[in-house]
Amino acid sequence: MVFALASVAVIGACGGKTAGTAPAPANAATPARDSAAERQARDEAAQRESARVTADAAAARQRMIDDSIAGARAAEEAMRRDSDMLRAIVATTIGFEFNKADLRDEAKAALDAKIPVLLANTGVAVRIAGHADERGSTEYNLALGTQRAATAKRYLVERGVAEGRIETTSFGEERPVCTENNEGCWTRNRRDEFEITVGGPMLTKPRS
Amino acid sequence: MRFHRQRAVGLLLLAGALTLGAQDTTARGVRIGLRYDPGSKPGVIVLPVSGSAGDSIRAILERDFDFSDRLSIVPLSPEDGSVLASAPPAGSSAVLNYALFAKIGAAGVVQVTITTRGLHVTLHDVAKADVATVREFSLPKPDYARDWRLAIHGVSDAVQEWIIGERGASQSRIAFIRSYVVRLVDSDGQEETALPVVGEALSPSWNSLGTMILYNTFGPESRVVLQDLRSGRTRDFGSLRNTQRITPVFTPDGKSVVYALSGEAGSDLFLLPLDGEAFPRRMTVGRGSRNWGPSFNPDGTRLAFGSDRSGHPEVYIMDADGTNADIFTAFDFGDQNDRTSPDWSPDGRQIAFMSRIDGRYQVFAMSLRDRQPRQLTSEGENEDPSWAPDGRHLVFVSTRTGTRQLWIVDTESGRLRQLTQVGGTRVPAWSPRLTGK
Repeated sequence: MVFALASVAVIGACGGKTAGTAPAPANAATPARDSAAERQARDEAAQRESARVTADAAAARQRMIDDSIAGARAAEEAMRRDSDMLRAIVATTIGFEFNKADLRDEAKAALDAKIPVLLANTGVAVRIAGHADERGSTEYNLALGTQRAATAKRYLVERGVAEGRIETTSFGEERPVCTENNEGCWTRNRRDEFEITVGGPMLTKPRS
Repeated sequence: MRFHRQRAVGLLLLAGALTLGAQDTTARGVRIGLRYDPGSKPGVIVLPVSGSAGDSIRAILERDFDFSDRLSIVPLSPEDGSVLASAPPAGSSAVLNYALFAKIGAAGVVQVTITTRGLHVTLHDVAKADVATVREFSLPKPDYARDWRLAIHGVSDAVQEWIIGERGASQSRIAFIRSYVVRLVDSDGQEETALPVVGEALSPSWNSLGTMILYNTFGPESRVVLQDLRSGRTRDFGSLRNTQRITPVFTPDGKSVVYALSGEAGSDLFLLPLDGEAFPRRMTVGRGSRNWGPSFNPDGTRLAFGSDRSGHPEVYIMDADGTNADIFTAFDFGDQNDRTSPDWSPDGRQIAFMSRIDGRYQVFAMSLRDRQPRQLTSEGENEDPSWAPDGRHLVFVSTRTGTRQLWIVDTESGRLRQLTQVGGTRVPAWSPRLTGK
């Protein structure tokens, strides 16, 4: 009889699904007394536990993967935002007084902000275009636009930006951003515009 | 002018009777009527012209005489009586009613007959009651075409020379920019046409023969372009990184081009010979200032130009070799002076320019001798003057109507007329007399 029961127990144990399951605890006092049903219940519990652990592990791994992707996306998003911000810094327009090409303090501050960005992104080339308001000679305004672009370029070059990376041109009074006949509009038109012509897709933040 | 058909028919008979053949019988420097006096404007009658194009021909002549500001048109009305003398001397053919013309104040009478080859033109001297000059002019076909009109302007100019001793300037055109295209318009505002241009054009200028035009483009590919009006071919001098090439002009001998090279080290004038391998020669040493907008005197020995070397724009003059640069606009208007766009008159005596005054730009002229600035405009903003070949009229851009239009001022009388009707006109350049065609 004992022999028969033991055989059943063995068969029952071998029929279990998963490996690595903890063996059913043997009650040393009464191992021979466990019914087959009890042993089977224990096995099934063990299998469920095993499955749960496995599932937890899979879920955990998936979460790790998801977190990693999310993290990468967030980082990319942050880089894109940074890059957009850096592009905006490079593209910031600077303004001038009537018939003048001198850099005012606000202009110098805007140029100062561009410098670290340009130094951290040496593959980037920029075109500075000088503009004038509509008053005065059409032809002088072309020359004045050239001077306005040149002044800004010289400021950047003197502070370390390689000369060959910056192109200058002039549109005189020919590309107004507004056409009203008043000082507000004229002020907006007296400007340098900065356009990235090479290497712009992703700008790297300068190390501070 | 209300003139009846009978009189026109009568005139045809008269014309036949008076035809003298194909000789030019003009005496050099014939003057009509009043002693030559710069302030006077001899009265002129242009008799009605028979033929289908007759009205147009007469209208062109009358307008040209009027626009010259040297002649005044004497209108004829039926109440004045017949243009033919009622009682011609016995045995002779009909003559003009010189007594009538003298009574209504005409010094000269212009009589035009259309022929197979062009026009037969007779000028009558009213005071002498006789023919002063007769000449044949050939006209290109077809009638009413641009070249036909230009040839008739040549007739006006010749007749004016017979009357006052100085050829008119009607046979000329004004080049200008609208929407960055070079456009040409006749001196009477007719026949506006566009030239094909390479890129967006500014600052057109003429050679001394009126056969070629220069202009420049702007922006990253800024270049000087030469356009031959006869062949339609263009010549491009290439562009240079980081520079603008602006305000190109021919030297009066037509052999070279002078332009301003505007770059990071300032703007300076350069001279480029059109033939051969020569490099551009620097004419100004601006030391970082802007120097631009050259305009030569008639013999090419000196030129005026704009410069801000003093800190603000003024007009300077220097010798053609670049030496002896000196300020021309040495007068003071107080608040930061700003004078640009000089144009040297064809007789060499004056320079026109624009100057800021009371916050706006106005057209001025100043003679090289007395250096007294004369303000020629006051309404609106007025810029970029260019002399007519008569050295008396100026075309310029004015905003007085609300849009930028070309206007013409007579610098002696101050009389103004509007040349263009479509706005957006910029940087005009009046051609020399276009007689060579």
